[in-house]
Amino acid sequence: MGCICGARGRENPHLSRLGEILDKHRNDAGFLIPVLQEAQDAYGYLSEDVLEAISTEMSVPLSQIYGVTTFYSQFRLHPHGREIIKVCHGTACYVSGAEGITKGIAEELGIKVGETTKDRLFTLESVACLGCCSLAPVMMINKETYGRLTSDIARGVIKKYE
Amino acid sequence: MSKNVKKQEAGNQGHGTRKPSAQIIIGLGTCGIAAGAWDVWTAFEKELKKRKVKAELKQTGCIGLCYREVLVDVVTPRGKIAYGNVTPAMVSRIVSSHLIADKPIEDWIVLGDGYETSDTDFLARQYRIVLRNCGQIDPEVIEEYLATGGYKALEKVLREVPPEEVISIIKQSGLRGRGGAGFPTGRKWEFTRRAQGDKKYIVCNADEGDPGAFMDRSVLEGDPHSVLEGMLIAGYAIGADEGYIYVRAEYPLAVKRLRIAISQAREKGFLGKSVMDTPFSFDIKIKEGAGAFVCGEETALIASIEGRRGMPRLRPPYPATSGLWGKPTCINNVETLANVAWIVSNGAAEFAAIGTEKSKGTKIFAVTGKVKNSGLVEVPMGTALREVIFGICGGIKDDGEFKAVQIGGPSGGCLPAELLDITIDYESLTATGAIMGSGGMVVADQSTCMVDLARFFLDFTQNESCGKCVPCRLGTKRMLEMLTRITRGRTRDDDLELLETLARDVKVASLCGLGQTAPNPVLTTLKYFGHEYDVHIKERRCRAGVCTELVTYAIKDNLCKGCGVCVKHCPVDAISGARKEVHHIDESKCVKCGLCMEHCPFDAINKV
Repeated sequence: MGCICGARGRENPHLSRLGEILDKHRNDAGFLIPVLQEAQDAYGYLSEDVLEAISTEMSVPLSQIYGVTTFYSQFRLHPHGREIIKVCHGTACYVSGAEGITKGIAEELGIKVGETTKDRLFTLESVACLGCCSLAPVMMINKETYGRLTSDIARGVIKKYE
Repeated sequence: MSKNVKKQEAGNQGHGTRKPSAQIIIGLGTCGIAAGAWDVWTAFEKELKKRKVKAELKQTGCIGLCYREVLVDVVTPRGKIAYGNVTPAMVSRIVSSHLIADKPIEDWIVLGDGYETSDTDFLARQYRIVLRNCGQIDPEVIEEYLATGGYKALEKVLREVPPEEVISIIKQSGLRGRGGAGFPTGRKWEFTRRAQGDKKYIVCNADEGDPGAFMDRSVLEGDPHSVLEGMLIAGYAIGADEGYIYVRAEYPLAVKRLRIAISQAREKGFLGKSVMDTPFSFDIKIKEGAGAFVCGEETALIASIEGRRGMPRLRPPYPATSGLWGKPTCINNVETLANVAWIVSNGAAEFAAIGTEKSKGTKIFAVTGKVKNSGLVEVPMGTALREVIFGICGGIKDDGEFKAVQIGGPSGGCLPAELLDITIDYESLTATGAIMGSGGMVVADQSTCMVDLARFFLDFTQNESCGKCVPCRLGTKRMLEMLTRITRGRTRDDDLELLETLARDVKVASLCGLGQTAPNPVLTTLKYFGHEYDVHIKERRCRAGVCTELVTYAIKDNLCKGCGVCVKHCPVDAISGARKEVHHIDESKCVKCGLCMEHCPFDAINKV
């Protein structure tokens, strides 16, 4: 693909990776969600210029794209930390003390759930269920899962990522 | 997952013939990995190299003994022995004693021929159809699936059985959808086959969103080919040439293994044009979900595959007549599809002989919470709840007292001890106010507050409500507000009455299954644990000590040594007392953060 202009009508080298993603999915039916997922993987989050470029290139109204990104919890419209901590709040984790784990991590990092530390190292999230219920309470950092947590173990794991 | 498992070299002939040398097989499902299976793997790699022991290091999926992870199978000429709770520190002894000296370490054995352990019953009392290969084969090696008779059922139907007859086999077997509602699978296939349309789809619903359920993940991670084979047979039966697997993005390992399985099946000619050199063509695509619980509902799932907001629509038309891109579509759950090949191979009658009159076959339950042996339990339909929780899973952890079992996730209900003897089948569970759902079973003991648990589920459904219909969008919100007030001791006079009325209204008036079942946790706790609501409202107490604003912290005179640790940790200076004398908490200052209790070295602080 030669040009990916975005809505502003000028070349943007930052968007070349997006061009490759769009080319891959150009002929797929139902391309929007895979495109958004891959764009988020490439850029870390979905910035305004990325969404505008998808809209122009794929002829989908920006309002529709915004509707989809805000509907699904996976999509982020703001930059996040290098490490994303997802504390599981599924039923088994909840009855095994997930709230306490989250509180402990939040205190350790000095942020609330949904926030990112000032140094952009960590983002803390609470998620529905990671499917490791027998190791409850559980958390996931990026794609690694940690089970049988206590507040102290969780703090220790996070230290490894600093 | 950065590491890659070395593949077993597949021989051209004799699928899966065991090599004479020893094998070490490590359970590398998500739970195994979370428990540290990769560290154990590395330790074995190093130890084998160091001691120059020839043994093949292999992986398998989850066998369901989740409470014993990390699990390691050692296969020698004397047979297969499984060790549980393996840590890297244990590896050296396993290699030296078992592999070199041929002396299995009896204290660590959890399963093995001729060994009676406390875990023997966990598997022996199960009946495994869907989980038949999980934890037995390497999910990333198609030859191992073939060695168990895999893809034989597909071959049989393609060569010998006309599509209509396949449908009648499934109808005769009595298989019903395992995703929750329990609709007869054969009839669903029949509707889709009979629907008008040049193009038809089969969709595998792997959007396992119920918190507390992970059987679909285990099947996808441990035996992905059984699901692909089920989809192929379904595709052939309904006349589809394309299938989609809609899988949760939160299951990266399942996605990875599915991709491997699909490419292997394609290489073997089981997927693509002219499957097994017959006129039947079929291919499968994976669609990763993006984190919306409501997408487990079939019309929402279709909207999501089409790239839209995953919002359900009114039915009819049902997907069988107008589904994906308006074409006839059959949507089946992972567990349902994993039954199909077994039914074709073993016959409808054998499947129908298992279970009750209306619920045939087996069902997998993910039993977790305050139970001794948590994990995956597959039992015939009609097994008593007590057998699952006490017989197979060993009863309550730390010898606690059983209080409730939550069945069916946010759409299900909480059942008390009096109902432990009911049998598990679609009809009996529905009669209690719970539902079969996907099969999550979270066991609660005295430390769980039922009002808070109901609030927890409402918080979940309220969050996940897509907002399309008013009863669900506003109803769950208002219910959550009432429950929150009750757990905080700020109940209004008519809250309880209003809560029950509203719960019934939301159930009746909501558009889709999410809203129609969201009130179940509230209604069942009101029905079976009404006294807990009363205690919260009238006495402003939470006996389980969960609802923070209804508990007070107190120091036990006989245990307090006056060490002062609690004083140091109290953020609001609510604790006072002279050194080496009993301390006291000033209730008017206490913010109930619980830090004192967490840090007391003598367990002298408790919640009342």
